[in-house]
Amino acid sequence: MSILVIAEHDNAHVKSATFNAIAAAVRINPDVHVLVAGAGAGLAGMAAQIAASEGVKKVLLADSPALADGLAENLAQQVLHVAAGHSHILFPSTASGKNVAPRVAATLDVAQISDIISVEDADTFQRPIYAGNAIATVKSSDAVKVITVRTTAFDALSNQGGSGVVESVTAVTASDLSNFISRELATSDRPELAGARMVVSGGRGMGSAENFKVLHPLADKLGAALGASRAAVDAGYAPNDWQVGQTGKIVAPQLYIAVGISGAIQHLAGMKDSKVIVAVNKDAEAPIFGVADYGLVADLFEAVPEITKQL
Amino acid sequence: MKVLVPVKRVVDYNVKVRVKSDQTGVDIANVKMSMNPFDEIAIEEATRLKEKGVATELIAISCGPIACQETLRTAMAIGADRSILVQTDVELQPLAVAKLLKSIAEKETPDLIILGKQAIDDDANQTGQMLAALLGWPQATFASKVDVADGFAVVTREVDGGLETIKIKLPAIITTDLRLNEPRYVTLPNIMKAKKKQLDIVTPESLGVDPAPRLSTLKVTDPPARSAGIKVPDVAALVDKLKNEAKVV
Repeated sequence: MSILVIAEHDNAHVKSATFNAIAAAVRINPDVHVLVAGAGAGLAGMAAQIAASEGVKKVLLADSPALADGLAENLAQQVLHVAAGHSHILFPSTASGKNVAPRVAATLDVAQISDIISVEDADTFQRPIYAGNAIATVKSSDAVKVITVRTTAFDALSNQGGSGVVESVTAVTASDLSNFISRELATSDRPELAGARMVVSGGRGMGSAENFKVLHPLADKLGAALGASRAAVDAGYAPNDWQVGQTGKIVAPQLYIAVGISGAIQHLAGMKDSKVIVAVNKDAEAPIFGVADYGLVADLFEAVPEITKQL
Repeated sequence: MKVLVPVKRVVDYNVKVRVKSDQTGVDIANVKMSMNPFDEIAIEEATRLKEKGVATELIAISCGPIACQETLRTAMAIGADRSILVQTDVELQPLAVAKLLKSIAEKETPDLIILGKQAIDDDANQTGQMLAALLGWPQATFASKVDVADGFAVVTREVDGGLETIKIKLPAIITTDLRLNEPRYVTLPNIMKAKKKQLDIVTPESLGVDPAPRLSTLKVTDPPARSAGIKVPDVAALVDKLKNEAKVV
């Protein structure tokens, strides 16, 4: 039986998380199918792109206005519609994947395995629990495994060399249970936080939304995404989708610079797999220094502009 | 309008758990337990709906051992009118909890069920969505704003990259994100009042649900530890390390 991966996209571009989920699927079984469920003219290009990537044997394309906005009720129905013949159904562990996967699992009367970080065998997976302070190895006895994949744990495979076929499938019709109203997405020239090579994050120590901007030149110079601790988001210094942590975004960039972040365990859960961690904090006892490769005890308002200048 | 709010008893968010040396789990003996923070936001939101006159009755539910009564008393001190404990010592996984809640929902026929988006112990983020699927109801997960009127809920959701707003038909499931509200402090008079409120105890058997876990935990281990870093004296030293030692810039 094949593995089914649910692609994440905005009807025009495939989100990189899709390719991380494909990489996890290939570890289970190299016969991978990918469902692209959406609406409009952009789907064909995305399907071709996915079909060309390593490991993909088939792309299933479902095109319907009902699927345009990723509403959980419709998307779950579409996944269930093509689920037969697949031993595993994988979603990237994004806001959309987390929203839809449990609906699919419950309808199939199977457990879901959330946020896997490794594939031990076709039934056995590792996943973090307690904000990443423990790693559980779990084995599923269900006929179908519904899984969400922690994208930072699986490097994407080559985007070339695949020769998957693209096949259209019957699309579901819209349920009358839910309607999409509006979307307010931040537009930014900076890279997407979850997949960024570098991240500059600010915490409560930033003091205000205005002060938070001291991080912008540093992020611009590095080509980094901006992130924040929960404290900074709750205080209104940064938008909610910048939150890094247990219940926010999980990141693992090459370089993570934590500025004015004390380092609560919930924050560490979201960034401690980063390759190199830098902490700038005036409190020498802050827990963030316990995970930082390089710690600088300094006033951030002096240190950050200086770092920006010297880089 | 009747609202159900399921609440979970978890290790307090300030506790850093330790993995047991025999790798069977984490050590939760003598550890402080609290209501899952997202569930506290759920009960707060339901209480506000009641205070606004939108909701008329608010029922808290917990599934687990007898000690979950404490969590239900807290929920009633915040604002629940009564509560139900589904008592079991079996390890409960999200699918089993969703089935137990479905059974209660069919008896209580609420218009809205508000849950926390995720419990901070197993970090599964599943129960609300599973319950919605089992009931055939719409869902609005990761809510940061909720308006209920005329048989619909308009919900703003925290999604990757920003916010989105959807309109769902009641009865429906909502799961809470952090920015939905700031839960009130529980006052002593309300704690005293909560002690007198009704708390019914039922069992999975009486609800006709087999709560046996589907996933078996083979082992629980420590995450890989990061090697200790160093403190650098100044910005020049930091930039030098990043360029010449870590080679990341």
